[in-house]
Amino acid sequence: MNPQHQLILQLVKKVSRKDSSPQPEESLFESGYLDSFALPDLVSELEAQFGVKIPDSDLNPRKFDSIERIASYLEERAHKGA
Amino acid sequence: MGRGGPPSRKRGCLVAFLEQMARWLPERVVANAEMGALLGCDAEWIRNVSGIEERRFAAPEETTVHMAVEAARQCLADAGIRPSDIGYLLCSCGSGERRFPGPAASIASALGCVEIPAIDLPLASAGALVALDLARDLAPRYGRVLVVATEKMSTVALTQPLERGVSMLFGDGAGACIVSPDKGRLQIVDSLVASDGQFADDLALPFASPLSMNGRSVILHASRKIPRAISMLLERNGLRPSDAAAYVMHQANLNLIWKVADALEVASERFFTNIARYGNTSSASLLIAAAELMDSNPPQPGQYAVLTAFGAGYQWGAMLLRAA
Repeated sequence: MNPQHQLILQLVKKVSRKDSSPQPEESLFESGYLDSFALPDLVSELEAQFGVKIPDSDLNPRKFDSIERIASYLEERAHKGA
Repeated sequence: MGRGGPPSRKRGCLVAFLEQMARWLPERVVANAEMGALLGCDAEWIRNVSGIEERRFAAPEETTVHMAVEAARQCLADAGIRPSDIGYLLCSCGSGERRFPGPAASIASALGCVEIPAIDLPLASAGALVALDLARDLAPRYGRVLVVATEKMSTVALTQPLERGVSMLFGDGAGACIVSPDKGRLQIVDSLVASDGQFADDLALPFASPLSMNGRSVILHASRKIPRAISMLLERNGLRPSDAAAYVMHQANLNLIWKVADALEVASERFFTNIARYGNTSSASLLIAAAELMDSNPPQPGQYAVLTAFGAGYQWGAMLLRAA
């Protein structure tokens, strides 16, 4: 895992209140790390920790379903913002 | 964002009031134990994920029109006004028994509101708020506007194939509110409504199909859009969330209501809730809850209250009120 993945993992563990670590491509919903009410908290944490504004048009739960998908989305966001 | 746009769109010259509110609920109580047995889930699970303990289901003859007429008659009686005093009727209903006409004209006719405009708003969940926002503009032109929101969501909840995460949520009921141009218990200070159709398929009721709901999307959008709308509305009126004495939100899910309270940093006690008793009655829930608040613990003169809702479309908004 690179530093970005590590930070995402920390945030996932924070909002899920779980000590275990999901695999990068593991579904956070299917494995119980995220549910409907933890997802908004994760999005807010991502915005705060990565300094990005996630627009409503990107609020598709599938974008946040794994650490890998979140990392890809944040990279895409960074490119758009550049 | 509709009226969430530039503050200059705030209309200082138009005044309207919420004169009276009332609600009507069917007698039949359906507890979680009964729903759990039907859906193959635990009653406690339903309570934990939604805050719902029971809901009301209407009898076959208790149609959306019937429920709306009952709530409206109570509203008119409590206000001491006649059907002929109503100049316009707006009906929010996303669960009507037929494709057209909607319930509005039948409700007006049953009440004896002769030849007034009677308009349907088929907006699930947020419809009552949108209707109140429209009534605010209509009242100065037409006189008293009767807003009704009526939903028979049990027909949606019991459509096969049953989906426990959807079917356990809903209940039936109706609410009514008279919006007056010149007097009332609550003055409408400002309001804001908005829509975003990019996610229309995430909460939809297709013809002849079960309700389609992407709960993750609904909660994600609602938990961000509702606090933002409320904050914007309050800020352009020089207020903070803590300045409102009472909040009444569409009773979609108790966990969502607490999430909105947290986001606004407002004590959860300021949010009136009755979802434990009635479940999610879609667009009717806002008026049912507001009517109960006004009966049980109304804002005192000068205090502010906020109504807010989010629903299919997505449509959402907020309304700022001040007790007269």
